[in-house]
Order: sequence, then C-alpha cells, then structure tokens
Amino acid sequence: MDSLGTFITKLESELDTLEKGSLTPTVKYREIPNWSSMFALIIIAFCETEYSVTITGEDLRSCETVTDLYGLVVSRSK
Amino acid sequence: MSLFRVTGTEIKGIGAAVPNSAVSNRDYEFISQADRELLIRTTGIESRYIALNGQTTGDLCYTAAEKLIGELGWNRSEIDLLIFVSQSPDHFLPATSIILQDRLGLPKTTAAFDIMLGCSGYVYGLSVAASMMATGGFRRALLLAGDVSSAGVNVKDKSTYPLFGDCGTATALEYNRDYEMFFNLQSDGSGKDAIIIPDGGLRHPIDNDSLIEKEYEAGVIRHRRNLWLNGFDVFNFSVREGPPNITQLLTHFNLNIEETDLLVMHQANFLMNETIRKKLKYPAEKTPYTLKNFGNTSSASIPLTLNQALNGQTDGRKLLLASFGVGFSWGSCYLQTGSMICPAVSQI
Repeated sequence: MDSLGTFITKLESELDTLEKGSLTPTVKYREIPNWSSMFALIIIAFCETEYSVTITGEDLRSCETVTDLYGLVVSRSK
Repeated sequence: MSLFRVTGTEIKGIGAAVPNSAVSNRDYEFISQADRELLIRTTGIESRYIALNGQTTGDLCYTAAEKLIGELGWNRSEIDLLIFVSQSPDHFLPATSIILQDRLGLPKTTAAFDIMLGCSGYVYGLSVAASMMATGGFRRALLLAGDVSSAGVNVKDKSTYPLFGDCGTATALEYNRDYEMFFNLQSDGSGKDAIIIPDGGLRHPIDNDSLIEKEYEAGVIRHRRNLWLNGFDVFNFSVREGPPNITQLLTHFNLNIEETDLLVMHQANFLMNETIRKKLKYPAEKTPYTLKNFGNTSSASIPLTLNQALNGQTDGRKLLLASFGVGFSWGSCYLQTGSMICPAVSQI
C-alpha cells in the first residue's frame, strides 16, 4: 500500500483539473472547487484500479477528508 | 451456472441506424462549461444521435435490417427467426418483433418475439438465437437490438440526459455447424432500483404524481416516468461483476484471453469501461469504443461497436463480448467470426 503522500499525488493526478499541490491530507474533498458526482466516480475508479479496493457512494459520503479516504482504502486493501 | 457452448451459428453481417439528429454535450447548457468538459472527459461521450418526430426503436432497427438484407442479398423467405431486443419497444403490445416481421416482408413462417433487456440484451439475444439455430430448424435469423433511450431521460437530469444515444441494429445469423459460441449469463434483481423507470407498468401505473418533476439533488430533476440512474451503484456492480464473469467464461471453456482479437464491451461510459479493462489487464488497442460519437446506446452498443471495429477486417476474428447493466443483468460471449458484411451506419 502506498504512503499517504503517494496516494495524494496519484489521486491529484487523476483529478487533473486540480492545481498541483492543492490536494493535502486535510482537504475536504467535497469542497474541491466545482466538485460533482463525476469527481466521485473518478475517485471510485482510482481506488479500484490502483488498489483493487471498492469504494461506494455511501463510503464517500461518510468520509470527509483525503486522510479519511486514505484510511478507508488502507483498511480494505489486501 | 449459466455457462454453455452453442454450435451452429455464424454471424454474416451487422448493420446499424441512428436518427439524423446529432446533439453535442458541449452544448448542454443545463450544466456549467467546466462540468461539460469534465463530463466529456470522464464519460468519453462528446455527441449522440437523438430520435425526433416520433422515430421509434422499430424504425431504426427496420432501417438497419433493410440495408443489411439488401447488402447480403438474402432471400427473405429464408429468414426463419426474428428476435427484437429492447427496453423501449414501439408499443406496450403487440411485440415490436411481430410488427417488424410484416414490415420487413418476412414470411408468416418466421418465428418472432421480443426480449426485454437493455445493456445486457445483445449477449442474451445472441445466446437465444444461437441456441434456437443449434437445433437445425432455422436457416437464417435476424437479431434486432436497439433502444430510443432519449424518450425516457429528462433534459434537466445531468446524471442521465448527456449519456444516452439512440440506435437500432441488425445482426444477420446463418446456420453453420463450423461455428461455436460460448456464453456466461448472470442476473441479480436486488439491483432493480439502480436503473429504473418507476411508473408506467403494473407495479406503479401512471397516476397524477407520475409526471410531477422533483429535484432529487443539484442538477438532477426528473419525474417518475423518466429513467432513474444511480451511477455509483451501477459503477460498483459493473466493476465487481464484469471481470469475474469474463474470467469464468474463459477458464471454464479453456479459452485464452491473449488469443482474442477484440474485447467489445457494452458502451456504458469510458471511466467505467476502462476500469473493467484494466482489471482484466486487457490491451487498450484491442478495446474499441463508440462512446465519443454515439454515447451509451443501450442494447445497440455492442453490435454498433462491432460494426465500426470490424469493418473491412471481419474474417477469423476471435471476439470477447461483455455486457452489463439494467436489472442487474450481465453476461459475456466468446465467438469467432467468418466473412461478414458491416454496412455504413444509416441515418434516418
């Protein structure tokens, strides 16, 4: 499993409309500028492809920050 | 398990027809410019063809079938079977297949019936047609698959409106003992609410509330006769169930994925399909798409993509087909092609 820093770098690359370095551990991802369900699908696809971890829409609603999301992925990764 | 091998059906041609009316997602003014760009990048859908003036799925499939029969030079009296696959039929009843039997000038000896499936419908329809032809009782068959999904979506619902395009297809099948097809079919009705038109059937007949629009979340306004889509549930389902279904098919019949020439998936959206492809570790260059110019064409998406991808190079191709969606219903098919005709897509 990647470190939190690597996770953030990769996720930021997937969400390629973000300014480089703007995604930090404490960012609440639903407050990202222009946040929409498309961003959520990109995150779900990223977790599935990169870590073989399934994240649901409900999971994304229950997490707040990027660190929360990382924790969830770590807890489900094999 | 619904894993089975069918011997005796060769695909002789695949045609398609779309309405003569393209709509660009770049002009979808209901959402912001930034959202449009993100939508196009994520779904891969730039434009779609939308039925106008009462055009029906039957009209589109009829046009596709007429052109294909003409280019094949088939004698209509030898077409013994017609199957129409759709979730947007011309009428509640009678079955659209039977109307098309008459309209296409097929004999009364033709067996005709509908299969009511959407995204997974082509693989299911092919399995039914091939199984019937394997009996030796049918010389030639038409498998017509299509949908006018635009009739069910609300322009004020950003989760459905920009995704769907309308298309009708025709696949010509001929009895030939030299050809085999392999299928793996599955279903899970617990996912029925993930893609649904709630009202209009007997469970919820149309009443005074059916056409009242409500805003369910920002940018999602619809009524109960519209198509409702839970994108997260559909995504999770497709990515969870699609790859193992394909792997199980290949393993069960001792088929080698590396020897296949193309993986043709139901064209749902680019992000989802690419996630499935990557999980399968399948080469991008062997995974064709028609999303960019046609959108998600429901039951028509696999034959439409085959028409576009195989044109000019049909003989001896080893194909893997994978479909997944509304129901939930899903399946995969492995087959080998012979010489085929793939006419240019008609516009009506």
